[in-house]
Amino acid sequence: MARGKRITLKNYGVIDPTSIDDYIAAGGYKAARKALSCKPVEIIDEMVKSSLRGRGGAGFSTGLKKKFTSEACLRCEQKYLVCNADEGEPGTFKDRIIMENDPHRLIEGMIIAAYAIGASKGFIYIRGEYYNSIRMLQEAIANASKKGFLCEDIFGSSFTTEIEIKLGAGSYLCGEELTLLESLEGKRGYPRIKPPFPAEKGLNGFPTLVNNVETLATIPAIIEYGAQWYNEIGTENSPGTKIFTVSGDVEKPGFFELELGVTLRELIYDFAGGIKDGKKLQAVLIGGAAGTFVDETVLDTPIGFDTLKEKGAVLGSGAVIVLGEDKSIPEVTGSILEFFKHESCGKCVPCRVGMTQLVNMIHKNNTLQKRKGSLLDELVAEADYMAKTSLCPLGQSPIIPLRSLQRYFADRF
Amino acid sequence: MGTSEILNKFSPEYDNMLGILHALQDNNPYNFLDDSDLEAVAEYLNTTLSHVYGVATYYTMFSVKPRGKYIIRACNSPVCNMEGSISIIDELKKVLSVDLGETTKDRLFTLELTECLGQCDIAPVMMINGKIYGNLDKEKIGSIIQQYKSK
Repeated sequence: MARGKRITLKNYGVIDPTSIDDYIAAGGYKAARKALSCKPVEIIDEMVKSSLRGRGGAGFSTGLKKKFTSEACLRCEQKYLVCNADEGEPGTFKDRIIMENDPHRLIEGMIIAAYAIGASKGFIYIRGEYYNSIRMLQEAIANASKKGFLCEDIFGSSFTTEIEIKLGAGSYLCGEELTLLESLEGKRGYPRIKPPFPAEKGLNGFPTLVNNVETLATIPAIIEYGAQWYNEIGTENSPGTKIFTVSGDVEKPGFFELELGVTLRELIYDFAGGIKDGKKLQAVLIGGAAGTFVDETVLDTPIGFDTLKEKGAVLGSGAVIVLGEDKSIPEVTGSILEFFKHESCGKCVPCRVGMTQLVNMIHKNNTLQKRKGSLLDELVAEADYMAKTSLCPLGQSPIIPLRSLQRYFADRF
Repeated sequence: MGTSEILNKFSPEYDNMLGILHALQDNNPYNFLDDSDLEAVAEYLNTTLSHVYGVATYYTMFSVKPRGKYIIRACNSPVCNMEGSISIIDELKKVLSVDLGETTKDRLFTLELTECLGQCDIAPVMMINGKIYGNLDKEKIGSIIQQYKSK
């Protein structure tokens, strides 16, 4: 049976998100108080033990990321914490739900993370179009400051930190952590060469921890109840919960926080109400545009980072886009490639030229209504070349959905 | 509010570039950054005009050309596209008599595309200034536009 469990969205619909007193009455800021009474290294150990993996899409160990940032240089005059709230992956709106409905949980997570790595300054880089989220966060930060939670000597400790909101201005690419840092530094959103990773040289050259909103908002519960408690939720390799955002051809599109290990079948049929208008399911696109298409043979696979990988799929940001039987997979693919083409920054020639090539190839096929048997192979070959020769994840993205199409839907092309 | 008044709200650091550009653009009745704004930012941040211009023209939310009072941002990302955003965009073009990126003659509306707005559960979606309109169909477009015209 499907497992609904709210950790990150525990307060959703329960408290008034504009009231810090409501959040505190619901047990808020208890975890931060507890964290600041421990040593930073103890917090990092607990995070490593929790096996929490980044909720932004890449799935890297949150504890290790913290460890690397905290150990990057012991005598650095400055370290930064950056919250990546540049949510833009098509089909994804989990971070918006958190920021609009429980902004203090994010702030509490940031206080704990900042303390763990020794960052005296935190930034929330949020996309400029998220007007409501920006308003909610501004109010929450002001209220937390008034209570003395974002200032000097927080909770009687000697730790000092502050949080500032920074607005993006419409660039999908700036959701990539190094590009985000370029943008934060007031530049065009062009990717950086890595290494060095942000943990070593991030914002303005200082060690920087970049974490996704959902990741940071999960930290308070782990600190409050412990890594062992967290490990008992979800599956062995993918503990915890995940907020899935379901869209497309389902009766009840929306967001659902569920234990990992839940299946797509449970998610789509038990939670999202099944396929719209009694139609049949054709495909599910998991992870957004830079995600993977799967067919009904994957419906009963317990969702986790590794289990999906075995099926040639990715969990990504948790976007689940459902395609009914009447949707054209080549057309949806065309739309994805069109999206990437628009978002390519143009720095790497293979990505800039390759995106246009991919779009031209698929549109020619779609508009002529003439199937060309080798089209998918040609798209994959081009995308593979781009992935090998582009700097950042954008140029490495088209290959992800295309390869999954080759595995599951080759007959549609 | 004057340009220098806005600039002085920010410390003169590159980190504030995007914030300054947002503030200046929001203050402009035609929702854009004019040449004198860009020059003032370059001077304030002690950088070159090309740096500021490069940033202003990279991000889709900024414009260096005058725009309408209301900016319509229509989403055509994969989920909205699947749910029929093309017909919504065509209807907007028809009702407003403009193409993408253009401003109506009365300088009320500018029609633009946007990346995914994170409202995929109510696709197709558009945003007019800060307000989201979801579950759109062709019939709704005319009345929404009319509301803004009669404001």
